Amino acid sequence: MKPEILLGDEAVALGAIHAGLSAGYSYPGTPASEIMEYLIKAAAKSQSFVASWSVNEKVAYEEALGVSFAGKRALVSMKHVGLNVAADPFMNSALTNLNGGLVVVPADDPGMHSSQNEQDSRFYAGFAEIPCFEPSNHQEAYEMTREAFAISERFGLPVMIRLVTRLSHSRSTVQPREPRGQNELRHGSSQDWTLLPVNARRRFKALLDSQAALVRLSEESAFNSLQLNEKDRLLGILASGIAFNYVQENLAGREDSPSILKVCTYPIPEKLIRRLVEHVQTVLVVEEGFPLIERSLQGLFGIPGKTIRGKLSGDLPRTGELSPETVRSALGLKPLERLGLGGFELAARPPQLCAGCPHADTFQALNKAVGEYPKGNVFSDIGCYTLGAYPPYRAVQTCVCMGASVGMAKGGAESGIHPSIAVIGDSTFGHSGLTPLLEAAAADTNMTVFILDNGTVAMTGGQPSYASGNRLLKMIEGLGVAREHIRVIEPLPKNLERNVLVIKEEIEHRGLSVIVAVRECLEEAKKKRRSG
Amino acid sequence: MKQDIILAGVGGQGIISIAYVIASAALEEGLEVKQAEVHGMSQRGGAVQSHLRLSRQRIWSDLIPRGEADLILSVEPLEALRYLDYLRPDGMVISSRVPFVNIRDYPDVEILLRKIREAPRHLIIDSEKLAREAGSSRTQNMVLLGAAAGRLMVKEESLTRFIRTLFERHGENIVAANLKAFALGKAVAAAADYVPASGRS
Repeated sequence: MKPEILLGDEAVALGAIHAGLSAGYSYPGTPASEIMEYLIKAAAKSQSFVASWSVNEKVAYEEALGVSFAGKRALVSMKHVGLNVAADPFMNSALTNLNGGLVVVPADDPGMHSSQNEQDSRFYAGFAEIPCFEPSNHQEAYEMTREAFAISERFGLPVMIRLVTRLSHSRSTVQPREPRGQNELRHGSSQDWTLLPVNARRRFKALLDSQAALVRLSEESAFNSLQLNEKDRLLGILASGIAFNYVQENLAGREDSPSILKVCTYPIPEKLIRRLVEHVQTVLVVEEGFPLIERSLQGLFGIPGKTIRGKLSGDLPRTGELSPETVRSALGLKPLERLGLGGFELAARPPQLCAGCPHADTFQALNKAVGEYPKGNVFSDIGCYTLGAYPPYRAVQTCVCMGASVGMAKGGAESGIHPSIAVIGDSTFGHSGLTPLLEAAAADTNMTVFILDNGTVAMTGGQPSYASGNRLLKMIEGLGVAREHIRVIEPLPKNLERNVLVIKEEIEHRGLSVIVAVRECLEEAKKKRRSG
Repeated sequence: MKQDIILAGVGGQGIISIAYVIASAALEEGLEVKQAEVHGMSQRGGAVQSHLRLSRQRIWSDLIPRGEADLILSVEPLEALRYLDYLRPDGMVISSRVPFVNIRDYPDVEILLRKIREAPRHLIIDSEKLAREAGSSRTQNMVLLGAAAGRLMVKEESLTRFIRTLFERHGENIVAANLKAFALGKAVAAAADYVPASGRS
């Protein structure tokens, strides 16, 4: 087979297809979106497996579980915080004795390029006591995904592939291997899959009993490697995932390179680490994300006679992404000579709403209406419209997680904020806005919910939205919102005065109102025009 | 032998297309390639960059270390400066002179160009004029690629082949405009009298 240039995300997708994938599910989120984009394109071409966007990550995970129950192989991918949404099925799936292989791929975003936090998904793998692979390059992303399916079926456990932005969104060469076929339909055992206490207790014990075998598997994995420098007993480097590349960028080819242990599998390969620690006095732990390995090495009291360095010791920064430079400095090497700006200050260029974006018109109208109420608050959500927090709009005061705007507006209203306004996009509403709106409708809370219906998941590149158009209006009414307080506006400059009036009327209504601002995303309209 | 290139611009200016063409050409010529790019939030009118690494040997890091870049290729002058600390002391900056003004505090463009000229090796191009001459102002990225072509470790034929591949679904007119933009950029670079540091007064 011919080598291909693939994104790290795409290498995982191709690995899954070649492992005999029957179905993939996901919700859009940077930096994971391109896994599903690739699967959808490949599925459309081959017509041999299912690949589809789900309404949220929890549903995606549950769909993948259904596939596994049916004996077939499933992939579920999401951005790191998406695994929080799917945490319920994820944690429990480790007890079900999976039938078909299930691989879960959270893509972490150290440095928060497009995220609300830097959480490290390896903790989730440890929490659920399942195996995890952390690829350091594209070929490994491909190979590990294939192996993850095999391990998943061998142990009846979900297996995690932990990606990070720099691998997800970097392209390099992948040499694919012969694909294998899909599994036949074969139902799972109901005694394993019905997590009543009597079954769950038995299954939890089985999960714990499998841990020793998982550690051995990790210790024997060819993805890890230990190179001991017999002459240097002072410093050893322990590097995981892509952090290993930054170490090698600085040390590869040097004859005096210290001992290096590369760790790409979890649970932590104890024996390998013991060999490194016994060989040297000081271990520098380099890992992208949280200091997971470093903390377990350090424990509460450290290792007598040994020094552990890394993020906790301050040798590497605790926040943000690693880089060749930060690792270089931790290795004690001189910085490379470089050009620079010499104190010249550059204007920042933060992301912003596109010129003519419908959200801009909505925020203009909203600002004008809310400006008359000094004690109001606008709770926002996750999407392009979060950019309304920046000047010139400064229209929203919160952004926490998917769907939070509606629940927070209700809590705010119940604490005396008026007007208490939620701003949420159509797809985010479908993802996590329905349930809090159901509650607000039942209580007829004195709040105003804006649903910005641009018909797409715009920020991540225009994936389909399930809660848009007429279906959205019917859903709102179906949740119990009074028909006369469901208002539809078209956010256009010419409608500004009319829209401000609608917003004020609904703010003045002492109860729940939903205002749906309907106008297609400009980028999507452009794409449609271009493709005819 | 290796070449580390920072591609810079604003979301939507076609950085990823330049990267695609060079990376595909490099793969075809049997080179190792790594190319880190920015997706997601920054693509909405924010600063974007791509780290493109080509080598005959194994490439480790997806990111270019600060001080290793051989070339900054930028579709926008402010963005060309943003990554100056990635450039090796003898590295080169090739930048468009055409500002993309979508922020309130955008500086005087002449100050930016003067700063770019402080780099010992630089080439500043009116990509907009050349792109219009090529038939579409959307081809500025290919003007810049053309300007860099003579300094890349991949062959010109490989680059033009992948420009064709990239644009062929948009029709022959678009392909022709992009190839012309590439040729115009190349011609300007060939004629340019960039001043080596030692030659300055």
